[in-house]
Amino acid sequence: MFKPHETFRDDFTFANSPSAIRRFPLPFPEDEYMYSVNIEPHLAGPRGSVTEFPIDIDEHYVAECRERALVLAAEPLRFQALPHMMSAQWDCLELIMESLARDYPGHFTLDRRGNHWHWINRPLQLEQRFVFGDPATLPQPPLEYVTRQAPGDWVIMDQRDGDLWTEAGMVTTQADWSLDFDVGMTFKEWHGPVPLAHEIGVFDRALKYLLNLRLGAPVRRLNWTMTINPRLDTAPENYPKWGPDRASVNAGNAGDRVHLRVELQALWRLPRSNAIVFSIRCYLISMRELATIPKWARRVHRVLKTLHPALVDYKGLARYRDTVVAWLAPYDDGAPTTPGTSPE
Amino acid sequence: MTDREILAVKVVAVERVTPLIKHFTLAAVDGGSLPAFSGGSHIVVVMHAAERVHRNPYSLLSAPQNLETYQIGVRRMEESRGGSHYLHDTVEVGSRLEIAHPVNLFPLDKIARKHVLIAGGIGITPFLAQLEDLRETGVPYELHYSVRSPEHAAFERRLAAMAGARLHLYHDSAGEVIPFEPLLGRQPLGTHVYVCGPAGLIRRVTETARGLGWSDSHIHWEQFSAPPVGDAFDVFLARSKITVHVPPDQSLLESIEAAGIDAPYLCRGGVCGFCHTRVLELDGELLHNDHFLSDADKAKGRSIMPCVSRARCSSLVLDL
Repeated sequence: MFKPHETFRDDFTFANSPSAIRRFPLPFPEDEYMYSVNIEPHLAGPRGSVTEFPIDIDEHYVAECRERALVLAAEPLRFQALPHMMSAQWDCLELIMESLARDYPGHFTLDRRGNHWHWINRPLQLEQRFVFGDPATLPQPPLEYVTRQAPGDWVIMDQRDGDLWTEAGMVTTQADWSLDFDVGMTFKEWHGPVPLAHEIGVFDRALKYLLNLRLGAPVRRLNWTMTINPRLDTAPENYPKWGPDRASVNAGNAGDRVHLRVELQALWRLPRSNAIVFSIRCYLISMRELATIPKWARRVHRVLKTLHPALVDYKGLARYRDTVVAWLAPYDDGAPTTPGTSPE
Repeated sequence: MTDREILAVKVVAVERVTPLIKHFTLAAVDGGSLPAFSGGSHIVVVMHAAERVHRNPYSLLSAPQNLETYQIGVRRMEESRGGSHYLHDTVEVGSRLEIAHPVNLFPLDKIARKHVLIAGGIGITPFLAQLEDLRETGVPYELHYSVRSPEHAAFERRLAAMAGARLHLYHDSAGEVIPFEPLLGRQPLGTHVYVCGPAGLIRRVTETARGLGWSDSHIHWEQFSAPPVGDAFDVFLARSKITVHVPPDQSLLESIEAAGIDAPYLCRGGVCGFCHTRVLELDGELLHNDHFLSDADKAKGRSIMPCVSRARCSSLVLDL
């Protein structure tokens, strides 16, 4: 099932199988896109979908973990945790290990005897015995240890003084933002650069909602942007490495180079620390892969064509949006699309 | 609130700790562990009494490290709307109850340099679990606990064992009073104060702290107040096509639930916004008691939080 050798850098051998394409979480229920507080309960979705389980393991899992290790080797500060976040780190380790072992028993096993835990990760060939609550019994801090084995980025926010403070995280698959820059910020400072949404009160409402997030009732939303090449790590610190790719898009290569980048964002209240963990799971799909689903080709063509100019700028699409719209145009016969995001 | 957030529990011990306070120890019906929680958390206990369903919040006072059981302390309220009397008079060892997952609206600040905890009467309960957390973090604290008389000091022994010299007890019957001004005046910068108990105590502490120049971000309190009583009124639920009568001592949400309608809720305290409901028609005025809607939204009168808000009206139609 896993494709351990695919890459997200240099030769970019990442690709989606036909079944991975069909389960792709398209974020466009309609032919036009605008912000909304599109938060919903993180309940089990249909069998085989990316939301069937709280944490999704797919064919890219092993390769994504290897990519994360490469990023950390070059830039260790992609993992950070302020000292008062230790109990939240353990909470997050428990959440991830419990979830994976329960939902993918063939891949992961967790055996708990009081505080003495035994963890087995078969896809990555790891085994670890440790004492829950004692960081000295793990090779890395608990959050780093577990998120080296978990898909997506993980950010922990402490809740104080009616606000959420970004104070720990593992961030290596991000769409142009930096944990190192944002650590210690409040919720609204973190989201400061987002256009339009502040004016329509999105963040006021989202913050109010999240401050009351309940244990046992996680929530999720989808966000999206576009990325040139299937590059998971587009960090602002490395802009010179990936920024120029945007200028490389032309009519001949747009179908293969331009990727829709969708983030499945899930938020859980953590039990012992009362913090909130924010998981940002990145899914990539090339325009050529997307165009194998006729409804999605029409839908994305229309969304991009009508996208608000401020969003075109903020998402960094300005240089190549028209090229992509032109590439998708032959796939859009003008027929109406059915509501919702299903492939048909 | 959905079914998956409700936990079925059974009562495994009941202890009368003062003339007015009973301890209830709860365990999962299926015998497994209960969810982990942080000190200061409460649970909503769902009680299916003969005449109505009660949903009351109670602080968890057991150690967060022990997840075999939860403990709550219930004071028999003189003007009970029914919940505390039901627990005191009807619930015994072996009784089944339903609870919601713990929620913490009264957490310790994780970057505080020192904590000053002030409790009055049954307001001690959230601090009991917090003392267990404090034992692990090692952050300095002092606990000031005011009770009517020695026989009301329900938790004195347990507190003394945990807090030692950091515990300061005050007996009203002996004329002992917490020295609010000197206590708050001598605290080092970076100290946070927490108060739980009667409204008068909370007001006294918050006003004294503010008067001494404390920042609001360093002052914390918790008070479980029942939804306010008011005049009776009728409401028509447009989607369910039924009229519901809201008596003076029942909230709008409780009345809707009693009519068999499964209305959304989370905090039952006007904070979270989850029960936000559209007002379709109104002849009269809405009495907003929530902290969620903006003043502008309240003035518009197009939405209401049924968990705490009411109406004074001749007709009201809700989108439920």
